[in-house]
This record gives sequence, structure tokens and C-alpha cells, in this order.
Amino acid sequence: MTTARKAPAARGRAEAGPKPVSYREALTQAMREEMQRDESVFVMGEDVGRYEGAFKVTRGLLREFGERRVVDTPISEAGFVGIGIGAAMSGLRPVVEIMTVNFSILALDQIVNNAAKVRYMFGGQVSCPLVIRMPGGAGHQLAAQHSHSLEAWYTHVPGLKVVCPATPYDAKGLLKTAIRDDDPVIVLESEGLYAKKGPVGGPDDLVPLGRAAVRRRGGDCTIVAISRMVWVALAAAEALAGEGIECEVVDPRSLRPLDLEALATSVRRTGRAVVVEEGWPECGVAANLAARLYEACFDWLDAPIARVTSADVPMPYAKNLEQAALPGPADVAGAVRGLLGREGDA
Amino acid sequence: MREMFATMWLIRRFEERAAEEYMKGNIGGFLHLAIGEEAAVVGSIAALRPTDPITSTYREHGQALARGSDPGAVMAELFGRSTGLCGGLGGSMHLMDRERHFYGGYGIVGGSIPLAVGLGFAASYREEDAVAMAMFGDGAVNQGVLAESMNMAQLWRLPVVFFVLNNQYGMGTALDRHSAETDLFRRAEAFDMPARQVDGMDVMAVHAAVADAAHMAREERRPCMIEAVAYRYRGHSMSDPDTTREGSEKERWQARDPLVTFERVLLGEGIITGDDVKAVRARAEEVVAAAARFADESPPVPESELARHLYANPWSEDPRGSAVMPS
Repeated sequence: MTTARKAPAARGRAEAGPKPVSYREALTQAMREEMQRDESVFVMGEDVGRYEGAFKVTRGLLREFGERRVVDTPISEAGFVGIGIGAAMSGLRPVVEIMTVNFSILALDQIVNNAAKVRYMFGGQVSCPLVIRMPGGAGHQLAAQHSHSLEAWYTHVPGLKVVCPATPYDAKGLLKTAIRDDDPVIVLESEGLYAKKGPVGGPDDLVPLGRAAVRRRGGDCTIVAISRMVWVALAAAEALAGEGIECEVVDPRSLRPLDLEALATSVRRTGRAVVVEEGWPECGVAANLAARLYEACFDWLDAPIARVTSADVPMPYAKNLEQAALPGPADVAGAVRGLLGREGDA
Repeated sequence: MREMFATMWLIRRFEERAAEEYMKGNIGGFLHLAIGEEAAVVGSIAALRPTDPITSTYREHGQALARGSDPGAVMAELFGRSTGLCGGLGGSMHLMDRERHFYGGYGIVGGSIPLAVGLGFAASYREEDAVAMAMFGDGAVNQGVLAESMNMAQLWRLPVVFFVLNNQYGMGTALDRHSAETDLFRRAEAFDMPARQVDGMDVMAVHAAVADAAHMAREERRPCMIEAVAYRYRGHSMSDPDTTREGSEKERWQARDPLVTFERVLLGEGIITGDDVKAVRARAEEVVAAAARFADESPPVPESELARHLYANPWSEDPRGSAVMPS
């Protein structure tokens, strides 16, 4: 039995920099370093230049690189994503920011029918080294149209690669890898994590695609969680530890490619799995990961795999309802206790 | 001019042969023919440099041929064979010839337009003097992405020619039933973009208009829109029984057939002789027959190709995953 790889981000690294950096700033560093390194990298999107990004992720880039390489676009998601694809087909490396995943729905045709297809349907004659960065997630009372988590939609599509960093280290390392990758990579950030601080790597520290990270060790139950839900899972694991239940928290970090082996290794050891995502339950990431784990670990399982997801409704505005709709530590802890056959006071 | 005449004949014969092969069951999927549109296709592409990138629609066999793609490889692609332009992965709607800067045929109406703007953006970014041409039909003018693309091209002064081949129908819906303003080039006014309408059945008129547009895009960084008013003789695709046209409409257009008209001009000006015409037609016949033979004799696509081109940087996991999928 192999041991799941442990990511540097899980514990931080003493040499990785004196001061913790926000997830937001980690992304900025990734873009700045890659733009310094490679002239073919440019940034494009709504208000990424003078405004420095709706979430200030592109802060300082216009000043350093100028309007040629930091391009403010009109509010035309299909148009500027398509322009990014065309530029990528000719060998540039566009980093397209879509203000939030909610607006990427307007560009879905470009992403699914063009970015994901051009290499394959033209028999490998062109590549599409495009990065689309966009934050998703709920929690700020932004209601039904501004609170999506669309990891499942993008992961569904062959031809795309999809990453969902949960830590500043991974935000920087995965974005750098995505920019250097020759395929279209969808980088799904989390609005709720932009202020989260942690260590980050240096200019040459890449996080490979398709490599999961074990965030916490434990032998009783595996919690597989993505993006912001990693922190929800860690909070749940902390609470459960007080009851003597030790959870192992595994973060896939990248959904396509998926490090199934790392997830399966953990589940085979614990015999139990809870999968957590912020998206909806039907045909979701958690549903898919549960299916993959059943196929890989059925004989090792001591209990059915549980899923913890958002409620199967559009996001409501009212604060109490929004909280009710979102998965929280208590939901995750409850799912774990359910698998272990113990009642608790969640 | 002789070359354009020959290419127009090549396209005409190629399309007729493709229809035959479709009926014989050698070509699958959708097959959209450009018979009647040869002047617009050839005139526009001949007006560009061979290194100027172009994008097109799913009705793009002619574009590939006009760019100089091997007719055998084009036909083999339609047959779905490994010797096809895209190794049999694209088919009739998705031809591409990267070496010839033909950036492909796309199946979603309007969807390829911003890609051409991106190619123009890249040329501008690299300070190259290439001009990108987005080729699309009248059906695409009502897609929002065209407006988005034209706006950004003009806003950023990108070297792009928007070439709308108005063949009078968005699938089966006639121009005056799908567009409130039937002079499609006037859409450019909204973006302060220069635009012109030309007779799309007249190859020289199309050539002149696109040459001017390309010059303006190249030298002055001014994108342009050209509307070529043409006509497609066949239905939308081979599966279209072509029942929505009215009365003698088709006959009226066929009376101005681009091949016949151009032949008359060339003969009248003494550029070619009657024997030349015969030779051009015979040559087209011969090339297309050879292309069909090549396609027919080409091997099928090996199943090992199923996922080979999916990613430039693939990973080791079996793309079928562990789920059981029908093969």
C-alpha cells in the first residue's frame, strides 16, 4: 500500500518566505512571475487593468506590464474568451480572468465547443495553452445568480483541465503550472478564500496537476474535500478529534487530471469516506468522486460513501437560509459520525 | 485570375463529388455544400496573403481547397480516414490546415468569429503584419458574439476582416425572415467600422473588396466588414430536402452562376481560350476523381487514435477512467 503524497502546503515550509501571503496575493505573484518569465503570457478580462480586478487579484500588473499585456475588456464574456482561445491557438499564453464563474456561463460555448475541442477535432494540429481563472462559491448573500460552484460542469469536459486550489501555496503553484501547460486549464478560485493567508512557494515552485494533498492525517475516516470545503473539512476534523475520531482530510487540488490513487489509498486505509463540495448534489463533483472511489475501493469500505454538498436549490438571499444551504463543519462532522455509527451533538 | 477560375471549378466539382460520396454512404454526419458560393470563397481568400490566418464555418471545404490544402486529404477527412487533413477526427465540419494558416471549420454558428479576432490580436501583440479573416454566413450575424467581436476588434484596432458570406439563408430561414436589416454590412455602422457590400457572385468584385479591406487592416489597423451577397444552390446540408425556397428564386441566381460569369469575362478579355476552359474543367474532374480514389483507398483511423490528441500534455490515466463506457 502506498502512502498518499503529502503536499508542502499542508504544513508550510520554513524556507518558503518569511511572511504568509494571501491567496489573492499568491495568485498575483504567480501571474507576475510568469509574465516576467515569458513574454507570450498576457492577462485579459473585465476590469483587470485600471481597476486591478474585481477582487484585486491583478493588482499592480498594469503598472508593471502596461496595456499591451494587461487588457481591459468590455463586458463580453463569450467574445473575450474566444479572443483568448484564438490567441492561444497562435501560440500566446493568455490568462483570461472571468470576474466570477457565474459569468462564465455566457462563455460556455467558447470554453466547451472551442477551447476544449480545437486540439482534438483538428487532429492535434493546434494546442490551446489558455488559462481561464475565475472565482466561485457563496457565502456573501449574493443570492441565486452570483453564488455558483461549477466545478462539476468544467470537470465533465474532456479537453479541459480543472484545478481548484484551497491554499495560497496551491493557488500560486497551480496557477503557474496552468500557465506553463499547453492545454486549456480552468482555474477555479474561491471568493471566500481570497483573504486566507499562508506560505507560498518561490518562482520555481510549481504544483503539478493531478497530485492530491493530504491536509490532515487520521485513521478513522477519509474526508475528501475541494476548494474552500477543505477548510470546512479541517474544522470538522478538529471538532471530531475532540471526540476521539481521527479523520484524514485529502484535497484532490486538481479535478482533471484526478489523483484517484491518492484518494483511494486513504480510503482503503480508513474504510470510510465523506466527500465534500460546495456545488449541488446531482451529478456533482462529490457524486463523481464517490463513484470513482466505489470502483476503486469497494472491497475496503466499511460503510457507504457519504456526500456533503450544497442544498439542491438556487442560493437564497436571506442570511440564515444561505447558511442552511451551504455545507458547514457541522454537516461534515455529522456525516462522519453517521458512517461511524455514532450519534453526536453536532 | 486563371488560378482563381481553376480553384472555383475545383470546388464545384469537389462539392458535387462529395454529394455523390455522401449518397453512397462514404461520408457520414453532416455535409454542407458551398455550390454557388465559389466566387465569394475564392475571391476573398485569394485577396489575402497565404500567411494571413482565416477561420470559417462548417461549410468550409472550399476554404481549405482555396488555401491550397491537398484535395485528397480533404476528401479523406470527409471519409473519416487516417490520411484526412485532421486524421479523421474532424470530418466535413472541422477541416483545418495549420500549415496553410487555415484555422478551421467550426460547427457552432458564429462561434469561430472571436477566434479570428484572437488571431488578429496575436498578430498585433507580436507586431506581425498578418491580417486575420473571420468567414461566416448570414445566419451568424444574429449571434451576439459577432457584435462582441466586432466591438473589440474596432476598439483595439485589430487587423481583422469580418467576411460575411450572405447566401440568403440561415439554414432554411430566408434573410428577410431572420434579419430586420437585410443589408448586413450596415451592422458595422454600430461599431464605426468601415464596411462594404459586394456582389458575391463576382469573384473579381469580391477580390477587390477584400484586398482593400485587408490593406486597411494591415496598414492602418482598421478592421473592416465585407458582405458578399451570394447564393447557395443546395439545401443547408445533405439532409435538407430544400423545400423553403420560393418559385424561381434558384433559377434567377443560377442565371448568374459565378463560374459561367467569370468564364465569360475571361474569354471576353482574351485571358483564356475555350480550350483553356475545357482543360480547367477536365483538370478539376481529374483531381477530384483522384481525391476520391485516395480517400477510398486510405486506411481507417486506428482505434489507438481515440484519445491521442486530446491533450498536448497528457497524463497517464486511461481517458476512459474506470467507468464502463460503450466502446
